[in-house]
Amino acid sequence: MTVVERVPTDKVVVEGMTGDAAIAHALKQCDIDVLAAYPITPQTIIVEDFQKFVANGEVKTRVIPVESEHSAMSACVGASAVGARVATATASAGLALMWEILYCAASMRMPIVLAVANRALSAPINIHNDWSDSYGARDSGFIQIYCQSCQEAYDTVIMAFKIAEDHDVLLPVMVCIDGFILSHNVERVEMLPTEAVQQFLGVRKPAIALDPDNPVTMGPLALTDYYFEFKEQQDRAMARVPEVFERVESEFEKMTGRRYGRFETYRVEDADIIIFTHSTPGGTAKAVVDALRERGEKVGVVRLRMFRPFPAEALREVLRNAKAVAVFEKCRSFGAPSNPLALEVRTALYDLDERPLVTDFVIGLGGRDVPPSTIVEGVEKTKEYLKAGRAPLYETLGVRK
Amino acid sequence: MAVRLKDMLKREPILSSGHRMCAGCAAPTVVKLMGMALRGPTIVCEATGCLEVATTIYPFTAWKIPWIHVAFENAAAVASGVVEAINAMRDKGRYKDEQVDVIAIGGDGGTFDIGFGALSGALERGHKFVYMVYDNGAYQNTGIQRSGGTFPGQETTTSWAGKVEPGKRQRKKPLAEIVAAHKIPYVATVDPYHYRDFITKFRKALEADGPAFIHAFSPCPRGWRSDTSKSIELAKLAVETGLHPLYEVIDGKEWIMSGPSKRLKELRPVDEYFKTQGQFKHLFKPEWAEFRAWIQEEVLKDWEELKRKCGVS
Ligand SMILES: Cc1ncc(C[n+]2csc(CCOP(=O)(O)OP(=O)(O)O)c2C)c(N)n1
Ligand code: SF4
Ligand SMILES: [Mg+2]
Repeated sequence: MTVVERVPTDKVVVEGMTGDAAIAHALKQCDIDVLAAYPITPQTIIVEDFQKFVANGEVKTRVIPVESEHSAMSACVGASAVGARVATATASAGLALMWEILYCAASMRMPIVLAVANRALSAPINIHNDWSDSYGARDSGFIQIYCQSCQEAYDTVIMAFKIAEDHDVLLPVMVCIDGFILSHNVERVEMLPTEAVQQFLGVRKPAIALDPDNPVTMGPLALTDYYFEFKEQQDRAMARVPEVFERVESEFEKMTGRRYGRFETYRVEDADIIIFTHSTPGGTAKAVVDALRERGEKVGVVRLRMFRPFPAEALREVLRNAKAVAVFEKCRSFGAPSNPLALEVRTALYDLDERPLVTDFVIGLGGRDVPPSTIVEGVEKTKEYLKAGRAPLYETLGVRK
Repeated sequence: MAVRLKDMLKREPILSSGHRMCAGCAAPTVVKLMGMALRGPTIVCEATGCLEVATTIYPFTAWKIPWIHVAFENAAAVASGVVEAINAMRDKGRYKDEQVDVIAIGGDGGTFDIGFGALSGALERGHKFVYMVYDNGAYQNTGIQRSGGTFPGQETTTSWAGKVEPGKRQRKKPLAEIVAAHKIPYVATVDPYHYRDFITKFRKALEADGPAFIHAFSPCPRGWRSDTSKSIELAKLAVETGLHPLYEVIDGKEWIMSGPSKRLKELRPVDEYFKTQGQFKHLFKPEWAEFRAWIQEEVLKDWEELKRKCGVS
């Protein structure tokens, strides 16, 4: 374990920056060896800003301006296999094009950090935010962390490398921010001194690398006799993530005083209804809860951060005493009885003898605004369903029907 | 070249025996010849295909040098990452080897077709690596389907010879020429019969100042329905019929015909090649005589054009 010390406040640089810029700065300070990326809105600023650092000699990173996202992730796997610290960034169609290689990166145990500015998938083509892109990749084997603020995005990228590169984990991490809502929104960000970040992370020490002195074969064929064991090991690595995450966050807290957890709870102690969401709607939900609390309503928020691995057990303890959990999610899983986030919540609660009612509201597809009134509407509906004793498996809010 | 061919031939093979490729397959020979050309530490990035699948059946591997496979269409992209990771780590004083060569290998399917975008991108970016395609004329690993590298008249399981079709109707994609049009320092065509030519060219590719490309002809007795003892002879015959002429292209502009092709007084008829393989058998039916003549004509035209480019009369 590295010895970290609290960074004195006079060493912290405060700047107004967008989510994309915050991520670009974090990547720079993490001293990544290789960045392979392809432009796509609303992620592009990350790569543009980073290329500016390169052009000005501020980093020694080799940037590979690949011809597609498929090649971006492929180049990341190649670079990571040599032992380099590697990152890329994408969104929407770009993530979809990477799909095949996401699974390879995870199964080949490459600790790549992938920043995703969440954006709707075509068609119709749309550049705005929802979570269909990274939700679709939820079974790829990537760790997934969703951020609510630019500060959180900056901090999470730094921690992501330390989690990914830990030999108990060795899995790639997706750090997700809401496209435009966060990627292009200027917020106050406290940046650490680069030396502190580098001391926190250290240099990557690969478990196995493509090394001419010690030749290995990576990415072989494994059939009925061994494939399953690869998957078993991958699954166990995923199961070790919470412990490593906790360790990394504790060290980060020592250095910065900040910690986020796998999820954030807000005024949930005595809450009858808990709003369950993540990313920027988490902020809106907290404002709604403050307003409703003033009217004497017992409501709270759980803002999820880590979607993979899903913290089912810890969440069960937080949610079990509520009368209802109202899930708000920016994705429709077509043909499914409910949607990705609510499916996880329902699974987490299923084993309880007495379960809260779970409502599932699909919101904000294609960047449709999610104002406080949308959250209030969901809470009001949840109250009605509580009275009736049952609720539909899911419904859409904020759309012409 | 500082090293003599005699010494290269003494090099320890990079691929072990028992590699599980079919009997008579030329691909392992192609890889062994490549191995003889190596000048030092080397990393291989391989695309999905026969060679990859057969040589690395977990928990075994036939490879004695570092080797990585990720997917079918991305060998050149993976190699880009390997090259730049080494460069970055060396810049930061974290890489111990002075020099490591990076080679990407793909089949014709993985190179002419699905991996073409990744290849073209990597060449344009100029990473220092060698890309070698081992061209067995079809997607052999998945059961002999046509590719952009399949010859006209060749029967595959997606270009059947039938009552109204003569096998593949289209020309073979002129891949080496397309690659040369990227104006990379070095492009060469090789085959395993002309092993001196092969090794010499491969070493030149490794020593090129930038990306280099090797198009290796690689007979496949399983897919071609040819005699397993004749693969290397078929490679020779492909050169002598002009179906796989040997040449080099320097910087995309200087075309040099290689000895074995240059020494040919004239090409042998393509029929001699077609006769050796079940996949061309149907061409000798009377209804395809005209089609066969067309193939011959095209080969002769291409040959004349190549001679002109190479300044050979
Ligand atoms: C994206 C993707 N599409 C299809 C396949 C199936 N596939 C695997 S190998 C192969 C053919 C390989 O052909 P080639 O590159 O010519 O190599 P060969 O097996 O002939 O040596 C195909 C189609 C795959 N693995 N990945
Ligand atoms: S199918 Fe052809 S290319 Fe594949 S191993 Fe057999 S002979 Fe070689
Ligand atoms: Mg092939």
